[in-house]
Amino acid sequence: MIDPHPAVWARDLAKTFRVPEREAGVLAAVKSLVHRRMKDVAAVKGVTFRLEPGEVVGFLGPNGAGKTTTLKMLAGLLHPTAGQAAVLGHVPWKRERALLSRITLVMGNRNQMQWDLPALDSFALNAAIYRLPPAEFARTRDELIDLMGVGELVTKPVRNLSLGERMKMEFIASLLHRPQVLFLDEPTIGLDVTAQRTLRQFVAEYNRRTGATVLLTSHYMADVTALCRRVIVIHHGSLLYDGDLAGLGEQFAAYKTLGVTLDGADGAVAGVDWAAFGEVVATDGAKVTIQVPRASASAVAARVLSELQVADLTIEDPPIDEVIARVFAAGAATAAAGTDGDDVATPSVVEPAATSTA
Amino acid sequence: MLRLYAGAARMSILDQLQYRTANYLYMIGMIAEPVIYLVVWSTVADSEGGTVGGYSAGALAAYYIVWTLVRNMNIVLTPYAWEWRIKDGQLSGELLKPIHPIHRDLGGFAGWKIVTILYWLPIAAILVWLFPPAFSTDTFSVLAFVVALWGGFLVRFMLLWALGLVTFWTTRVGAIFDVFFTVELLASGRLVPLSLMPPWAQAAADWLPFQWAFQFPIETLIGRLSRAEILRGLGMQAFWTLVGVGILTLVWPMAVKRYSAVGG
Repeated sequence: MIDPHPAVWARDLAKTFRVPEREAGVLAAVKSLVHRRMKDVAAVKGVTFRLEPGEVVGFLGPNGAGKTTTLKMLAGLLHPTAGQAAVLGHVPWKRERALLSRITLVMGNRNQMQWDLPALDSFALNAAIYRLPPAEFARTRDELIDLMGVGELVTKPVRNLSLGERMKMEFIASLLHRPQVLFLDEPTIGLDVTAQRTLRQFVAEYNRRTGATVLLTSHYMADVTALCRRVIVIHHGSLLYDGDLAGLGEQFAAYKTLGVTLDGADGAVAGVDWAAFGEVVATDGAKVTIQVPRASASAVAARVLSELQVADLTIEDPPIDEVIARVFAAGAATAAAGTDGDDVATPSVVEPAATSTA
Repeated sequence: MLRLYAGAARMSILDQLQYRTANYLYMIGMIAEPVIYLVVWSTVADSEGGTVGGYSAGALAAYYIVWTLVRNMNIVLTPYAWEWRIKDGQLSGELLKPIHPIHRDLGGFAGWKIVTILYWLPIAAILVWLFPPAFSTDTFSVLAFVVALWGGFLVRFMLLWALGLVTFWTTRVGAIFDVFFTVELLASGRLVPLSLMPPWAQAAADWLPFQWAFQFPIETLIGRLSRAEILRGLGMQAFWTLVGVGILTLVWPMAVKRYSAVGG
């Protein structure tokens, strides 16, 4: 049964930073001493979404889209300029102990571990900070170490670990208190493929075992495709899309890819006027890959089958990286024409008085 | 909470022991300052018939030998650290934890002080050999010194932690901190015992917290204070610690709100 209370919800959440600005040069620097010019920068412009308990949701957007600012608001590190939000029923920026003990925010390339000591010592300190009963702490710590496969590393000083190994320790330290909501901000950034895969498997398994809710930002689409059925796309501080990862291609990819393998020798493809079917993007022996408009993909496929000696035919959406790139390129204009507030799940049931913006 | 303090202190002790040589050299380097003061004032005392400001050469030696311990105990989180703490994002990590970050800092620095005391003992032995001190102390003074030493640490820790919060409102904090440290140098007894200062400076120092963190523990151990004066000093330490707590209680929520308004 689905819990009627969302683990996380945000409604019209907005954050504007007031930042100083000045021209380059000495004169401008002197002027700024007398008169400081300020500028408002809208980092997040009223986003609305909700996450159900146990969901793993990808939070996508280009650099500067407002992802980290949103995560920081939800983790209680930033006060919003406008809007409302709740995490596990608490207003995050009130920073109540009851909430902070049940969430975590892991940021890639940020290390909270004690640099000169083995990770085990940092784990023990976290156990004290979160007031974990010793037996429970030992059980969770050993389980997480085992799950991450780092048993031989936890006794080495953190400074002697690789970036990937340090990130694994960071994850363990961040999950010792078994948080119910995980905000993961680029957790695999800079890591090699093996370390990325390990962390993905770790997050998936943690989610499976504990039912935790996960909101993940990553520029590595492999992270998103491996972990998230649902994605939220944000650009220039506004929500562009909220829905199934699979549906992203439906909505934003204007074309499909047809892979056509012809019967016979490799040279068979040379005698075909492929431009009549679509745009050729690759040729590999007897196989040709063409792009065709999404709406006519079925018709083109039927023509290919009827007019050519086809050994194999595939119809695919373009790779998700490409789709995401198109979404970003489409930007706010696409938001207006495509997904607006109607497509965004809005918090409907749980908005206790205590969760209003302070 | 006790477990947290013990954990933070343990981490700090382990951390400091990792760099024992560097720490030792740092402490030895800090001896130069009091030795210069000691040589200068001992010379002055000798030229004035054996005492200056009520201090004999032996009493001055005692003062500056204990000075080396109190000075090390007085090293706490510098207010300059806040800028780095904010820029580096470390503060964000600490704000995500379900405890006030001061507890971890306090526990950590207290742990460091335990290592400091252990390192100081051989240094003190050498200084005693080089500059024979004259202590006129008793059991009560020694016990009171133990309390006053930690009390002084607490006073300075609270005040500098509170001072560091200025960073949340302005990044041009260097000048403010410099003024603070200059006044502290003069009014704490670090440069010279306050009895060697002009009366007006001594009167001004009475209204400030600095001597209770620095000179008071020293004078408690070397035996220059009566029991009543020691008890009053301990009371002043408690008072100034509470002032620090009060400032923090008032300012910290505003600082966090300010931080969360501008980001980090």
